[in-house]
Amino acid sequence: MATVSSEALGLWRWGRRKVAEAILDLGDLSIFAFHILAGMRRRSSYNTLLPISYSVGVRSIPVVTITGLFIGMVLAVQAYAEFYHLGLATRLGQIINISVVRELGPVLAAVMLAGRVGSAMAAELATMRITEQIDALACLGVYPVHYLGTPRFLASVSLIPLLTILANFMGVLGGALICIDVYHVESHHYWENVRGYIGMWDLMTGLIKPIFFGAAIAIICCHRGFYSEAGAEGVGRAATRAFVLSFIVVLVLDLFLAMFLNNLYDYLWPQARHML
Amino acid sequence: MSEALISLQQVTMQFEAQRVLHAIDLDIQRGQTVGIIGESGCGKTVLLKLIIGLLRPTVGRVIFDGKDLTKLSERELTRQRLRFGFLFQGAALFDSLSVYDNVAFGLRAQGRKSEAEIRELVCNRIQEVGLPLSVLDKKPAELSGGMKKRVGLARALALDPEVMLYDEPTTGLDPIMTDVINELILQTRRRRPVTSIIVTHEMKTVNKVSDRVVMLYPLSRLKPGEPQILFDGTPEQLRACADPRVRQFIEGEARDRLQELATKA
Repeated sequence: MATVSSEALGLWRWGRRKVAEAILDLGDLSIFAFHILAGMRRRSSYNTLLPISYSVGVRSIPVVTITGLFIGMVLAVQAYAEFYHLGLATRLGQIINISVVRELGPVLAAVMLAGRVGSAMAAELATMRITEQIDALACLGVYPVHYLGTPRFLASVSLIPLLTILANFMGVLGGALICIDVYHVESHHYWENVRGYIGMWDLMTGLIKPIFFGAAIAIICCHRGFYSEAGAEGVGRAATRAFVLSFIVVLVLDLFLAMFLNNLYDYLWPQARHML
Repeated sequence: MSEALISLQQVTMQFEAQRVLHAIDLDIQRGQTVGIIGESGCGKTVLLKLIIGLLRPTVGRVIFDGKDLTKLSERELTRQRLRFGFLFQGAALFDSLSVYDNVAFGLRAQGRKSEAEIRELVCNRIQEVGLPLSVLDKKPAELSGGMKKRVGLARALALDPEVMLYDEPTTGLDPIMTDVINELILQTRRRRPVTSIIVTHEMKTVNKVSDRVVMLYPLSRLKPGEPQILFDGTPEQLRACADPRVRQFIEGEARDRLQELATKA
């Protein structure tokens, strides 16, 4: 009995310590985010924006193109059998495109950004931390969070909507390729049914969400890099944690943003859903 | 004696459960060249980072030119840091930038000089540390350890600091390059009225360049109530010091340490 209670006490203490650590971490992250945003007022924060934007945006194009294309194609393959048996094969485009534009495109671009760019950001900043380059910046009269964090934040926030547009386009294209060229769905009806099904609201929500995803990814990944532990293991851990945490935050944000935007739609156009 | 330029008052530094420095009192006068020696892990680099405000002490005050660095805002601290030059242990050059951009970095960040003036200053500093101008376009990865240290020194000197901090400037260098760095430290002092603090393990560096030596001892090895600064005096007094712990360090002898390590293992 005594053993059980001491174990329970140990578990309780462990849980309490973990919660306290999480709260401290969240507070630290919030202060870090505030400093990144404050850096937008500094001209020096924009000096490295162009090369960072190139790394974040241009270099992500191939991976976003390929994943977007294949997600669209896979969606078409999975949905075709069901739709064909119901005699709705020409309506496949509607479900593929709405899935891509509303959810898969934004989330896919965010996951690619977190995986390709976010973990690289964390690893780069962590290496700068352990080789004292961040301290050297501070000694040369530059505030490191503004110089390193703010341009990465700006590049992520401004370029992720463009990557999302690319992912959306490739997803729509991939779905159409499979439906029309492989399953021989009549192309005129395929595109005719798609037309008008995706409204401006769907497109806009699909582009608003990535801005939040990009902000979360940049802040989390820069923070992990800045406060990395020492050694090669510390750098690796910073990169992994940056990706895992930003991926989870993207999914959680996606849920809450979807709920919020749906409620906002119902509030703005209360009759619209009944007309569908 | 005039008021100290740098004054550490009852400085204690603790990282989570690990205490590195305890109740350090240290005054450094303007123009002095102070060598800080001690075993690895005794807190020498931490002391240097406290002096420049890269770390804030857990307890105590760090006074620089009458200002308490522990109470300054980040902006004011950044301004004060510009009065320091810091040569990092691994030089800490920015890998993505060329040697020229590294040395010009601080000058550009200040935004007070034209690019032509910056170029002239960078060339002067690179020549001052004995490097050819052909290194300017190279990336840090293309340089040897000694060259990196010299570029790091040129970068630190570019802002004409009042205080130079050297963190193990000769570690990992061959004996000739070690002496080159020692000569550069002396040359820097001759050319400008700079206060220097040198953290080092090298007794040769201490004897050659410093006019005062401070020896720190690891907290874990001290007896209760003993001060962490084991020795504070001139290099001559250091050589004559009878404290067996000081003698062990300056003579570089393992003595009981091997046995101690074996017991721990």
